[in-house]
Amino acid sequence: MESVGLSGYLIVGAVLFVCGVICMATKRNGIGILMGVELVLNGANLNFVAFSQHTHLGLDGQIASLFVIVLAAAEAAVALAIALNFYNNHLTIDVDRAADLKG
Amino acid sequence: MSPDIYIETGTTLKWLLTTAWLLPLAGFLIEVFGGYWSGRKSRAAAFLAVGCIATGFVCSLIALLTWLDAADLNVSDIWQNPRAVAAATHEVSEATHVDHEHDADHAADAEHHGDHEHAVPAHSEEEHHGHAAHGNNPLKFAFNGTFYTLAKFGRIQITLDYYIDGLTVLMFTMVTFIATCIHLFAIGYMSDELTESYEDHQVHLPGGKHFHRPGRFYRFFSFLSLFCFAMLGLVLAGNIFQVFIFWELVGVCSYLLIGFYVERKSASTAANKAFIMNRVGDFGFLIGLMILWTWFGTFQFANTNPDQTGEQGLFQMVRTDAGAIETEGEGLNRVAYMQSATGEHLLGNDGQARRIPYWLLVVAGLGIFAGCVGKSAQFPLQTWLPDAMEGPTPVSALVHSATMVAAGVYLAGRFFPMFTPEVLLVIAYVGAITAFIGATIALVVTDIKQVLAYSTISQLGYMMLAIGVGGWLAGLFHLITHAFFKSLMFLCSGSVIHGCHHEQEMTKMGGLYKKMPITCWTMWIGVVAISGLAIPITLPYLGAISFSGFHSKDAIIASSLSFSTLNPTHSLLFFIPLITAGITAFYMHRMWFMTFFGKPKDHHVHDHAHESPWVMCGPLLALSFFAAFCAVGGESGPLANLLLTSEPTHVAGGVQAAGELGLTLPSHHEIHECHSQAGMMALLAALMGTVVAYLFYCKQAVDPALVKARFESAHRFLKSKWQFDEIYDSMFTRPVHVVAKWCTGFDREALDRFLHSCASLAVGIAQWDRKFDEAVVDRIVNVFGEVTYAAGRTLKGVQTGRLRQYVMFIAAAVVCLFVVLFLFLPR
Repeated sequence: MESVGLSGYLIVGAVLFVCGVICMATKRNGIGILMGVELVLNGANLNFVAFSQHTHLGLDGQIASLFVIVLAAAEAAVALAIALNFYNNHLTIDVDRAADLKG
Repeated sequence: MSPDIYIETGTTLKWLLTTAWLLPLAGFLIEVFGGYWSGRKSRAAAFLAVGCIATGFVCSLIALLTWLDAADLNVSDIWQNPRAVAAATHEVSEATHVDHEHDADHAADAEHHGDHEHAVPAHSEEEHHGHAAHGNNPLKFAFNGTFYTLAKFGRIQITLDYYIDGLTVLMFTMVTFIATCIHLFAIGYMSDELTESYEDHQVHLPGGKHFHRPGRFYRFFSFLSLFCFAMLGLVLAGNIFQVFIFWELVGVCSYLLIGFYVERKSASTAANKAFIMNRVGDFGFLIGLMILWTWFGTFQFANTNPDQTGEQGLFQMVRTDAGAIETEGEGLNRVAYMQSATGEHLLGNDGQARRIPYWLLVVAGLGIFAGCVGKSAQFPLQTWLPDAMEGPTPVSALVHSATMVAAGVYLAGRFFPMFTPEVLLVIAYVGAITAFIGATIALVVTDIKQVLAYSTISQLGYMMLAIGVGGWLAGLFHLITHAFFKSLMFLCSGSVIHGCHHEQEMTKMGGLYKKMPITCWTMWIGVVAISGLAIPITLPYLGAISFSGFHSKDAIIASSLSFSTLNPTHSLLFFIPLITAGITAFYMHRMWFMTFFGKPKDHHVHDHAHESPWVMCGPLLALSFFAAFCAVGGESGPLANLLLTSEPTHVAGGVQAAGELGLTLPSHHEIHECHSQAGMMALLAALMGTVVAYLFYCKQAVDPALVKARFESAHRFLKSKWQFDEIYDSMFTRPVHVVAKWCTGFDREALDRFLHSCASLAVGIAQWDRKFDEAVVDRIVNVFGEVTYAAGRTLKGVQTGRLRQYVMFIAAAVVCLFVVLFLFLPR
């Protein structure tokens, strides 16, 4: 099987990243935004892994990506808890309605 | 006595007396802290105080018996050979150190009494006695030791000591007994205070209202307890510094008790006066202490412990075996050598014999005596004592007649070995003058307590005189007998005052003997005792038939007669006390007749008078027994023999032409020789006084008013108390006022003005400073604040709170960054 090469990984990573950013920018649903975040993080992860495979970085990139995965899991747990609480209080998860603290 | 028994006896005595000493302190603490919680109507405080002091009395009594046993002074022995102990102890000092001068005296003494058989056993006992090994032993018989070391500076130290000899034990017994009687009496006398609202008739409020305050029963008893603690501590003290501590504490108690009715202006003023007058004397005391400390390096009286070869006490340092002060040189260059434990000269650190300038020794003695002058109300500091009668009568009886004022005499007696002949002469003259002044003023005062106050001053003068002329025994003998009969008379006067509803003027009394017979006749015992009346028939072993005062006064007159015979230039020291003895008999009988006999002068007072309750009469009877019989046997009786055991060695033999003035002090033998002669003269004087008083105030053969009119100016002079208060007023008080006025003027005119200008200058500077602050500093700070605020305000708009917008910003910012990086960053 022919190797895809570095640029292929980078393209997929960039597409994932842009998708995530657009998802974050357009969705009003809190859960959707979280999904966007996951996409962005995974796009970045892909870059780490790819660079780790195709350059002389060794395992550094893979370790960093493992950190990011753990971080993403923790972040998702906290963010979901916030979303649940927000829903309990406002009966919605529309992030535009979360303007209570606006000055 | 073997050293073992010596130490055992000493320890027993120490614990007994320490218990007696500390119990009143415990009582005081409980009363003063617990008093608030008991009701105003509770007598608990009184019972506690009485319990403490009565237990103290029991301890003292046991101590007295222990002491008698240890000193081989069986009561039966005393009766059989009156002067055995004196002669025996005298002999010891002679035997250890042969002194030719005294030998003749001693031979005469021994022959006179024929006591050789008895003297010898006593003598051998004394030889086994531990400190016979000491070279010099001016104190025949004493126990001392240390409770606690307060401070230590190298070899010298300040300690809390005890010093126990016959005088200590006797004083303990006397003080605790009288204090017990007076505490009991006070339960009755102070019962007015057992109330929530005591009305003080002598406090005048504006608008003629009556002054009310809560009763202070427990406070009175707590003060009495504190006083007993202080007085006993003073007697037990083993060094002169400790004496000074308790001296001051006693002064404080006196202050508190004189000012007990503090709302009365006269009482608070009298308390201040007493305290300040005492300070004057204490100043001298402090000078004496400083001299002793600097030159001797110790405050201890004496070190009598047989095991210890350590530091010598003051008395041992200053006197040799025979009790002489060893001096060298003349005039101001004269020095006195200090003695060591082995009977040689004490060597200093440099190997030279330690010496003290003789004149400093005189000054130290005079300084300590100045303290005694203040405390014992001697001329010229006597004016506080009559004013001190503002206190409740039990206080006058306990503090201002029997015990505290006698502390000065006690100290003069205790410190006798330190006094040079010059100091003794001063003491004698001060005493004589005081005795005369006090007696003459007592002739004209009409307040019953004032008569007793002046008679106290006069009697204290007697005691000082006796000590000054070398009659150590006579002075302290009179101290003890006087304590009994004077406290008795004060309590009687208290009973009269209580019975007459706080009337003290004798001019309103009269004819009270039917109303209060017990008071009248117990007082008669006191009056006869102080007057020195007797039936001049001598019984074997009992002496003349008389009450205690006769014996002691007799001893004083005999001492002063033999002194003035030996020193004819000072014959005034005999005539003054003789005349005073007559005056004493007169004014005491005047008081008694005016109070209890004649026609009632004020019917209101007379009709309401009543005999006092038993709690007051009981102490009167107890005290009158002792006032009558405590000196039984006179100078050969048990009391005098007890005292003789603690007499300084050099007194018995007399002193020949000593000191700069060449004074000769009489020996026991010389005093004894003129005893009967002096006794007869004193008795004659007293009888004359009594007869005159009887004619004036009972028989009314002569009208006192006529005599008064005849000697108008003399009467006025005496009535104004020899003008002492006026003299002091113009000598000290007014000049102080003038100086104070000058000082206020200086303060107002110079100091205040300077301070004011400084202040206004500071205010001016501060105003300028404020303007600078407001104009410059504040403005800079404000500008910072405003800028920050405006920035915050502007940036507020960016924070919309919309997540999607933020994401857009982030994305846009990232794109921008990339663009910038790719365009402008060099590859």
